Amino acid sequence: MVERALGLSRNDGCVVLVDEDSTANLRFAGNTLTTNGVARSARLTVISIAGQGVGVVSRTAVRADQLADVVAAAEAAARDAQPAEDARALVEAGPASVHWGDEVRPTDIGVFEGFAPALGEAFAAAEAGGRKLYGFAEHSLTSTFLGTSTGVRLRHDQPTGRLELNAKSGDLKRSAWTGVATRDFTDVDVAALGSSLAQRLEWAKTRVDLPAGRYETLLPPSAVADLMIYMFWSSGARNALDGRSVFARPGGGTRVGEQLATLPVTLSSDPGAAGVACAPFVTAHASSRDSSVFDNGLPLGRTDWIRDGRLEALLQTRYSAELSGLPVTPGVDNLIMTGPAGGPAPSLEEMIASTRRGLLVTCLWYIREVDPQTLLLTGLTRDGVYLVEHGEVVGEVNNFRFNESPVDLLGRLAEVGGSGQTLPREWNDYFQRTIMPAVRVPDFNMSTVSQAS
Amino acid sequence: MRQIDPDFLELPLRQLADAALQRARELGAQHADFRLERVRSEALSLYDTRLEGAVDADDLGYAVRVVKDGTWGFAAGIHLTPEAAAVVAEQAVRVAEVSAPINREPIELAAEPVHAGAVWVSAYDVDPFEVPAADKVGLLAEWSAGLLKGADHVSARLLQVKEQKFYADTAGTVTTQQRVRVHPKLNAMKAAEGGFDDMSTIAPPVGRGYEYLTGTGWDWQGELTRLPELLAEKLAAPSVEAGDYDLVIDRSNLWLTIHESIGHATELDRALGYEAAYAGTSFATFDQLGELVYGSPVMNVTGDRTVTHGLATIGYDDEGVRGQSFDIVRDGILVGYQLDRRMALMKGLGRSNGCAFADSPGHMPIQRMANVSLAAAPGGPSTEELIAGVERGLYIVGDKSWSIDMQRYNFQFTGQRAYRISRGKLDGQVRDFAYQATTTDFWQSMEAVGGPETYVLGGAFNCGKGQPGQVAPVSHGCPSALFRGVRILNTVQEGGK
Repeated sequence: MVERALGLSRNDGCVVLVDEDSTANLRFAGNTLTTNGVARSARLTVISIAGQGVGVVSRTAVRADQLADVVAAAEAAARDAQPAEDARALVEAGPASVHWGDEVRPTDIGVFEGFAPALGEAFAAAEAGGRKLYGFAEHSLTSTFLGTSTGVRLRHDQPTGRLELNAKSGDLKRSAWTGVATRDFTDVDVAALGSSLAQRLEWAKTRVDLPAGRYETLLPPSAVADLMIYMFWSSGARNALDGRSVFARPGGGTRVGEQLATLPVTLSSDPGAAGVACAPFVTAHASSRDSSVFDNGLPLGRTDWIRDGRLEALLQTRYSAELSGLPVTPGVDNLIMTGPAGGPAPSLEEMIASTRRGLLVTCLWYIREVDPQTLLLTGLTRDGVYLVEHGEVVGEVNNFRFNESPVDLLGRLAEVGGSGQTLPREWNDYFQRTIMPAVRVPDFNMSTVSQAS
Repeated sequence: MRQIDPDFLELPLRQLADAALQRARELGAQHADFRLERVRSEALSLYDTRLEGAVDADDLGYAVRVVKDGTWGFAAGIHLTPEAAAVVAEQAVRVAEVSAPINREPIELAAEPVHAGAVWVSAYDVDPFEVPAADKVGLLAEWSAGLLKGADHVSARLLQVKEQKFYADTAGTVTTQQRVRVHPKLNAMKAAEGGFDDMSTIAPPVGRGYEYLTGTGWDWQGELTRLPELLAEKLAAPSVEAGDYDLVIDRSNLWLTIHESIGHATELDRALGYEAAYAGTSFATFDQLGELVYGSPVMNVTGDRTVTHGLATIGYDDEGVRGQSFDIVRDGILVGYQLDRRMALMKGLGRSNGCAFADSPGHMPIQRMANVSLAAAPGGPSTEELIAGVERGLYIVGDKSWSIDMQRYNFQFTGQRAYRISRGKLDGQVRDFAYQATTTDFWQSMEAVGGPETYVLGGAFNCGKGQPGQVAPVSHGCPSALFRGVRILNTVQEGGK
């Protein structure tokens, strides 16, 4: 379809994206299935270029006899469009993907054939223990084909799996959550996850009510991922250049080069990173502040957004890079945070053991921006906040609303643990591939108490 | 009244449905439904009058949902042949069979009258997809240019959706529907000494056509003319002093508080725990139906799938249930929930009130929000009269940031702007404000609601819910209202500055 669409193009340039997507999912609550499904879709996006004008038309379920209409619609839109300010020459062809013409092998409900019985056993174990399990398992496979009139022929197959597992006591007063990312569900140990949740529900049998305030807090990798993802999404160079983001330098320009963190943490993306591999080239279905359809096919490599605590890069298109005078650093679909290089980093358990008095949070939820100037975010703790005293978890604390800026937090980190793959809690609908550490914050702002349990 | 587009009706709707439903029956399904859907959307975004992004998208496909041996099965496909539709039905049955071992609650559905051959089209005059994109870009650019006279940067965005659905089930219901919605929004940003700030238009998204941008339903010129001056005043305004205040909350802000603290809290699937692992549950548990004092006696809230121009307004939902209007809170007491067919039967509530919805052909319908609205007081006060009743307080206009916990207790909202109220009169804007409360405390503190002239249908295009995630459009009507003693935060102080 890519070749046929390109063959129909008569404008100055053309980019064609085809996304073949298949998904399978199981959702459950109260130790029983609630919904499920399988779905397939195929989306064709034609990006036509006439001079500096660009037209984008996206259609699903396009039949062969409709292809010419889609291309014609994109061409007409391009001819009618104003000049695009991000217009640049299309990316020149490199080697084509070796599996360009291979058949697409969709996922289906069979991906759960080993997992579903194990989940059933976990339901039975939970039932016997007076607990209830809630959650969601999803597997998807997206094959993206990118072709351009300059000869680019690139393909990426992205499997994505995620499992969220939430255990509650019979009276629903105690709750614990865990989540894992997987490529194919063969590596998911439901029984072990269920046991760890049961342990946390045991911790929660002792209840400690604490008021709002600033607490020494251990944030686990999932919570750190949710905060870093929001910061990553907010790191567009154009908004910084326009003076409208936390990464804008007062008086003009960006804060690139500024030391943000006192500890030498590094935040990076790398398409080839083990366990979180993602597309090694730009796929942009539409232009926006932080992406450009003209950049389709640009190769992606490792990018350090923050290196040793210093802001190194912002999200850039070729256009914004020219404006900022900084390297071209487009977004990448994974995010990796590591602590100081050198000696072994502590595990979360070791960080708990070295805590005299502090809070251990499970995850964060309903994170929203309050103030873009400081990137102040609000949100809530959820599914388990525990009080640690003298190296031991001594009970569960009420939930809190927090008001904190991830940029500000970087400057206040007291300790960074070892990094491992984790599933963000709030943003895993959109962003699944993260490697994060646990961190210790000496004075996390728990703004008010939340009654939710 | 508009008609359903002929090109949608020319699709092989009945043939596909017949093939799928027949195959599902042959494979032993006790219930099956078929939904073919086309969602046409266009998004235009401009920055400083220049077109930044434009996407014209069309999502077409169909879904088969079955109940086989008491278990759901769902599959979706894209190939528009009867043979392919039958295969999708087979996949749905297979999904049910694979899922059966982990299902412990047999699925049964509340009865619904058969609606055979029903047709419904929403109320709009001008199909936005019949307006050339260049015209729409030109209008947004003209509006942006006006705002740029008083701002450093202006972004403009226009979202337009046309949703067409064909539904058929094994009981004999067959419905065909079409609805249109639009959401224009502009944002102006300006820097000043010590930082920057921005302000967006408060015009709500609506279930109308392109006429909404050309003078029907909203005074765009009036709002755009005032906005730069309001932004300049905000930039020069003092930071709010944290503490407890009486609040007059404008309808342009209160709709979002209603959405989060009433709309989601009274979804029965949440109250029963089906959303527990994701969006959460609800403090408004089913055992409190008829007893929970949700708010003060002036609080009356309805769910409504029938209001003209509502974003959640439909003729029939995605389970073939006719749209209805129903009470949720009456005189401050919780009296109803939003339902789908399964939960209506499960809890002995009779007929579903029509709140099943899927946002695309690739997703299974789940219980989604009706237009949940707070009633105005007949003959009630104007916004100015509400303000006149406040000695020391704030008047909050326009929505901005929002967050609420997973049982819908603790919330925090900001707004586009807030004015001090001193001795019954507005006394200039303040900055850096957020209001924070517990849902029932907040609604019980509501002393008065405004009259019908203060009432507007606000709303959102993109309410998120469910796994896999789905977005739904929903409107919330409300008057301005007066609340006593609500906690106001200073967000700069919250950030530790």
